Amino acid sequence: MAENVFFEMRGIDKDYIMGGEPVHALKNINLSIEEGEYLSVLGPSGSGKSTLMNIIGCLDTPTAGQYTLRGREVEELDETELAQLRSREIGFIFQNSQLLNRLTALKNVELPLIYAGVLPKERRRRAEAMLERVGLADRMDHLPTQLSGGQQQRVAIARALVGNPSLLLADEPTGALDQKTGAQIMELFSELNAEHRTVIMITHDMNIAAHARRIIRIIDGEITEGGSVKDA
Amino acid sequence: MLKKVRGTFVMLGECIRMSMDNIRGNKVRSFLTLLGIMIGVTAVIALISTVSGVSGSLASSFSSMGAGRLSVGVTGSDLKTGMTPENLAQIAALDSVEGIVPSVSLNGRVSYNNTVETNVSVSGRNAYYFLSNPDLILQGRALNFIDDDNATYACVISKNMVETFFFGVNPLGETIYISGIPFTVAGRYEEDSGGGVASLFSGKPDILIPYTTAMKINNTREITSFTVYLKEGTDSKTAASEVEEKMDVLFDFEDDCFTVTAMTSIEETMETMMGMMSTLLAGIASIALIVGGIGIMNMMLTTVTERTAEIGLKKALGAIPWQIQAQFLIESFLLSMIGGLLGVAAGLVLSYVLCNVLETEFVLNTGAIFLGTGFSAAVGIIFGWAPARKASRLNPIEALRAV
Repeated sequence: MAENVFFEMRGIDKDYIMGGEPVHALKNINLSIEEGEYLSVLGPSGSGKSTLMNIIGCLDTPTAGQYTLRGREVEELDETELAQLRSREIGFIFQNSQLLNRLTALKNVELPLIYAGVLPKERRRRAEAMLERVGLADRMDHLPTQLSGGQQQRVAIARALVGNPSLLLADEPTGALDQKTGAQIMELFSELNAEHRTVIMITHDMNIAAHARRIIRIIDGEITEGGSVKDA
Repeated sequence: MLKKVRGTFVMLGECIRMSMDNIRGNKVRSFLTLLGIMIGVTAVIALISTVSGVSGSLASSFSSMGAGRLSVGVTGSDLKTGMTPENLAQIAALDSVEGIVPSVSLNGRVSYNNTVETNVSVSGRNAYYFLSNPDLILQGRALNFIDDDNATYACVISKNMVETFFFGVNPLGETIYISGIPFTVAGRYEEDSGGGVASLFSGKPDILIPYTTAMKINNTREITSFTVYLKEGTDSKTAASEVEEKMDVLFDFEDDCFTVTAMTSIEETMETMMGMMSTLLAGIASIALIVGGIGIMNMMLTTVTERTAEIGLKKALGAIPWQIQAQFLIESFLLSMIGGLLGVAAGLVLSYVLCNVLETEFVLNTGAIFLGTGFSAAVGIIFGWAPARKASRLNPIEALRAV
């Protein structure tokens, strides 16, 4: 089993100061994920789930504890190394897609590859392939404002996947979408997980969380439940 | 490895493209920002080119008119108020001296028929003056030793005077009245060639008469201003001290009775003044450049704030800090360089116009062009540094939240 461990968190604490008051956002988090898992982190707002996502996504480092991502000790890395790690391992999907409105869908998808130093031809080829994969082959040259919310989120998914990351990290991916479009996105996530990609989804919505094969609940910075959805 | 280097270049190329998009996307704001740099560089280029053009032409006209001459002004002491013709002969006898030209000024009212002109500058000179400037006389004859010795009432007049008094009339042999005294016009002489700035300093008079006649009209035996012509190959400084020694004796070693000025030293003074002036002007121009730089910094800080979310996103997508920094640094560099190049163009046009107005030769000053572009590149990098650094240090989590 140890060979298949994707990441492992041991005794993770995260404190920060907000408005002069110290906040204990995460308290003694112990979590271990295997490769190819599909996990939901379920919790109300202010529960610390976003902080947990930032640490999983290497956007932030813990105050205390040990975080090992694919064999690397994340808490020891500096900003540049964290960025390189994000570039290789993690594809982010945000609630409101976060596309750059000045760029076409294709250019938006190419963006992570620019920073990874991929050459233009290769960049274009991979971005086109990824947009086809999410069903937007005919929308490549559209600007984000010319796309529907669901299409925008698909572009964001293509952008997250284009660097071929090992982990897809989604923060409320359906938060801004209607139910039907949300369901389509969830279907896409299941497909991607079926291709043996690790998927972690942060949400406050039980119905969305239910698409995952494993759910953890987080309240007041502590994991209260970590069983499978069937058991819950 | 090679692929990685190439990837870096591709990334930088991408930064340039994105920067140009941003600059173009905010046309008015970008233009107003780079206007500061443009004005600064325009000022630098125009000032340097114009000042170097003017000082170049001044230097050449000074050396053409002042080489090998000393100009002597006498204020005199209580006992001796000027130099007598005998004193001048003593100076003329010095080893380094070729000849002496006295200059006795009258400011007079000049009339011919019904035309009256006041404030005409009339100067008494000697025959040696005309001998040593053989190209001076255009028409008629020069004044000679006979005129000097007999204090004749003959005069030569400038082209300017001919136009004033003798429009369509041959002036030779005509009689004009200088301060009521009748003079016969013996010749016509050429005014300064060259013109432009240099003519301000040469001060050629309108009418020349024999110096002996001028002294008689002034009712004086003494000369207070004269020019010493030096023998060829004489060092003007050595000659000047020789003349000073002799005059010290004549004035009984009293202080401050006279000044001996070598034209070359005037030239040096002018050069120093021009140098100081261009340094001063360059100082003012560099203030304009600094102000322009602050404008760029201000715009870059605004841009960074506006694009906080974008920066956060790019960081989340794997952009490392220096890539973010490079993008903003490139943007401010490009902005400043565009301003600089426009400034170089405007500065060259402006200095071309100024040189034409001042009637000096326009010289393309490549040093000024390099200075202008170099300055604007430096301003872009220096003033873009802090905003770019700020962008690269943004916390991606907080930046992402700023939607």
